Amino acid sequence: MRAQFVASEVGNGLRRNLTMTLAVIITVAVSLTLFGVSLLVRAQVDTMKDFWYDKVEVSIFLCAKGSDTPSCAGGAVTPAQRDQIKADLESLRPLVQDIYYESQGEAYARFQEQFANSPIVDSVNESALPESFRVKLADPTEYDVVASAFSGRPGIEQVNDQRQVLDKFFRLLGGLQAIALIIAVVMLIVTVLLVVNTMRVAAFSRRRETGIMRLVGASNLYIQLPFLLEAAVSAGIGAILAVGGLILAKGIVIDQILAPSFQFTAFVGWDAVLGIAPILILVGIGLSGIAAFLTLRKYLRV
Amino acid sequence: MILFDTVTKLYPNQTRPALEEASLEIEKGEFVFLVGPSGSGKSTFLRLVLREERPTAGNVWVLGKDLSRLSNWKIPTLRREIGTVFQDFRLLPNKSVFENVAFALEVIGKPKALINKVVPEVLEVVGLEGKEERRPDELSGGEQQRVAIARAFVNRPKLLIADEPTGNLDPGTSVGIMKLLDRINRLGTTVVMSTHDAQIVDQMRRRVVELENGHVVRDQSRGVYGYAR
Repeated sequence: MRAQFVASEVGNGLRRNLTMTLAVIITVAVSLTLFGVSLLVRAQVDTMKDFWYDKVEVSIFLCAKGSDTPSCAGGAVTPAQRDQIKADLESLRPLVQDIYYESQGEAYARFQEQFANSPIVDSVNESALPESFRVKLADPTEYDVVASAFSGRPGIEQVNDQRQVLDKFFRLLGGLQAIALIIAVVMLIVTVLLVVNTMRVAAFSRRRETGIMRLVGASNLYIQLPFLLEAAVSAGIGAILAVGGLILAKGIVIDQILAPSFQFTAFVGWDAVLGIAPILILVGIGLSGIAAFLTLRKYLRV
Repeated sequence: MILFDTVTKLYPNQTRPALEEASLEIEKGEFVFLVGPSGSGKSTFLRLVLREERPTAGNVWVLGKDLSRLSNWKIPTLRREIGTVFQDFRLLPNKSVFENVAFALEVIGKPKALINKVVPEVLEVVGLEGKEERRPDELSGGEQQRVAIARAFVNRPKLLIADEPTGNLDPGTSVGIMKLLDRINRLGTTVVMSTHDAQIVDQMRRRVVELENGHVVRDQSRGVYGYAR
């Protein structure tokens, strides 16, 4: 195998078919960028889940004076009920990791802090706010165990899972990711079709050469390799552009725009980009290589 | 060298076979003319030898190999031992004479040093020394066919297939090409040539195989183009 000969054939082919080569590069770049973004969004969701699930708690609000839930019919929670609830929570270890009791006084202090600038503070007094247990679970997805054990019990007004609020947000992000993924898949299909067509045109425009190569006994590999390398090189360039797009997305959109405005949450790190980049390059070169190979099998038969 | 054993070739979507139960043997070192009207099966015969087609029935043996048992990846090896020349020359217009001949060696992975040595040799054999850097469109038809023959012969094949090599050339030029093919034959290469050129066949007085409607109707050593003509 003479590398120099093959390399010059590849260069010639790419130049001769410049418009098609550019079309392949651009579609590969766009589709892989979208694909990369959808992977990045997923990594972001995972990062946020890790970040938030560590912090979310299940709140068990106890009956206060004037609660109107049926389980609070007996009026405010009694000390005996409260001790029983605490004991039951303790029995749920190790699922229950931390138990923190918030008294009405503490609840009121927090309330005042949260609504410091609002006139609502003056209209609420301490006894209207429920005392609560803040429970941290070892596995936040096991919320149902706690909910079924405590909700509806006398003395408990409500069991609240902060995760449910977050999940809505994550579902939104998941939806965005799905849309990006669908567009990416459609674009990848377009890319494959384009590669197929490009290879067909390339095989046709060089049928003289390939015909002679067949006659003088060039091996299939030798005949097809320049075409395959052409497909791989243009897809590779496209994939590298897509990685560049991903780096921009992370470096500018996330680090410069989103992160400063949403400081309360964590964002994906460069390790995610580093993990996605090789996937993009492999998918790009692999897809286009396979498409080219299957096309050439049809058009460059021995 | 070539053995056809009751070979039938029926192309898809056709009712009449292009070749029907044809049997023929060509020995090493022979020079054989394949004659017959258009559509008589000459091209099919040559395509079967090159394994561009597979027979519908019967066996084709070329260079000691049963082509029906030859796996696809071994076809290139077979073709390296067969040179081919066509009526339309089939040169690459953007390559020089030297490059056209060198191409045949490059694509089978021969080293550059060998190419630089053997290409000038073969160009001398075909009488094109001094024209290495010309492009095909700067050459006459006869010279272009010489380039094609050089390319077919550069790998010193055991068998040379020529499909109407003089079909596009005037009689004077054709004689030159025939002298060249004769010389190649004398160097030890078996030559099978299909032709419509009665004058050439009559002059050369070599073995003549006549095909008609896919049948071998005549096989004569030192034959002429036709009885009636």
